[in-house]
Amino acid sequence: MEDTTRCAPGDWVEVESVLLEPADRATNLPEDTAAQPLRMWVKGFARTAAAVGDELTVETMTGREVTGTLSEVNPGYFHTFGKPAPELTAVGRDLRARVAAYRKAGG
Amino acid sequence: MAGRTEAILARKGEIMKRALGMDYAQFERSPIAFDYEAMMAAHGYSLDEIIRIQLAGGVGKTPLLELRNLTDLIRSYAEPGHGARLFVKDEAANMAGSFKDRRASISIHAAKEKGYAGVIAATSGNYGAAVSSQAARASLNCIIVQEAFDSRHVGQPEIIEKSRICEAFGAEVVQLTVGPELFSHMLELLDETGYLAASLYSAFGISGIESLGWELAEEMTALTGAPPTHVVVTHAGGGNTTGTARGLRRAGATSTQVVSASVDLSGLHMASDTDFNRKSFTTGHTGFGVPFATWPDRADVPRNAARALRYMDRYLTVTQGEVFYVTEAMAKLEGLERGPSGNTAMAAAMSLARDLPRDATVVVQETEYTGAGKHHWAQLNFARANGVEVRAGDPTESVPGKSIVIPERPEQIRAKDFDLGKMRRSYVRNALAHAGEGYAPTSEDIEFLAADTHSDAESVEAIIAALKEA
Repeated sequence: MEDTTRCAPGDWVEVESVLLEPADRATNLPEDTAAQPLRMWVKGFARTAAAVGDELTVETMTGREVTGTLSEVNPGYFHTFGKPAPELTAVGRDLRARVAAYRKAGG
Repeated sequence: MAGRTEAILARKGEIMKRALGMDYAQFERSPIAFDYEAMMAAHGYSLDEIIRIQLAGGVGKTPLLELRNLTDLIRSYAEPGHGARLFVKDEAANMAGSFKDRRASISIHAAKEKGYAGVIAATSGNYGAAVSSQAARASLNCIIVQEAFDSRHVGQPEIIEKSRICEAFGAEVVQLTVGPELFSHMLELLDETGYLAASLYSAFGISGIESLGWELAEEMTALTGAPPTHVVVTHAGGGNTTGTARGLRRAGATSTQVVSASVDLSGLHMASDTDFNRKSFTTGHTGFGVPFATWPDRADVPRNAARALRYMDRYLTVTQGEVFYVTEAMAKLEGLERGPSGNTAMAAAMSLARDLPRDATVVVQETEYTGAGKHHWAQLNFARANGVEVRAGDPTESVPGKSIVIPERPEQIRAKDFDLGKMRRSYVRNALAHAGEGYAPTSEDIEFLAADTHSDAESVEAIIAALKEA
């Protein structure tokens, strides 16, 4: 099975870093945002072998070098559609019926 | 503020001048006025050239579709003699799935011509996909900076999809947590790489949308014998309204009413970490629409080419639930499964068309692609998972960030008019505040403010007099 906790040089990975600590953030932020660091995630090809949580430098698609802690090896996307919203499931049926009734009545 | 942020912001003018390839100072006339038309013309591309550039990039000449089923649905409940003909410009047919390709294509063409090695854009929207796709075709490097996650590292599914598609087109995507400091990081990246700032608000981008207004006026004239009586435009930063209206004018469609439309997200703070994932719309909403219309020069360029208040005849707001309902209706009645941004204008257009006579023609000027994450089911499931109540009922009862109320019948889709007079006052107040205390507007300033607020000198003078008394 693929080892998702370690990367080899050249693997496609994601690194995470903190751009600004809370104390260094902009002054006009809402309290909830001001209390959090500004964090950044960037993907690229690993320069060296590393384990998740290790410091690692990657080479990005534009050829930049970005250093952070290894957060994911071969990162993917898992967003989806999910279940239909029950509030919407009858909309198509009902509106088609209304259009048909309007046309039948000579509208 | 950190030394790092201060240091980069102090060099903002110098970095942006190089990154935009243009010195905006040449257009300034006073602390208030600048020569807008000179700025728009400075890139030197004619509309014909823009159309040629876009066609070569797989952009433009999208289908204009009449929506006969939706029109009949509206007529089934409109007052007798009412129910305008409804049309849509299927902008999802562009290369990367939205009208934003029109904006990106011109910036990328200019970047290539001027010899930049790459482009950078700060956007969590379709513009990122558009820039990434056009950059790939032009063999340019591309960095997209996105506000993608809240502090829990939870991403709005629509934005996660935008991250994915940008990476699919070979862009480097820099994902950040919530906060306006995204801009200072973009400056650092521009400084580090020497790339072009493909700002959404540059003249390139806005000129690129003029082809859309021009095309739809020509196509409607061919189809119905006249330009449309109304064009409904989803409004956020102002580019869509501005470019479309300018294109309509170029086509001679001077009597077409330009109606901007946004989703009402009043009460939610756009820089709030907790509000970030309590909204089901990442753009096309009042959280951008109102501040950008009332102060366009808050953008990442010295002067914003997108000046929506200059062009809008009406500004309508709709609720999140109404847009989701219309999204479902459009798929089931018209075979068009499209994303939320364009459907914001569609919801407003359904309300508008109901009140117009049958011989009126209403064009919704964009659609966008949909899919995993962007889809309305995904959005509603995410809203529920983040504690937002979703229910069927009267959409006027919805509270942004707390509840999404989906209409039970199409009659319940009722857009609200936003008070343009209030927006004009707010704009003039902002312009005076930015000019500095004690600055007395000249007659040239008054003329500029009248044009920029789509009003007249007398109205502007009345606003200024009222502000002095207040």
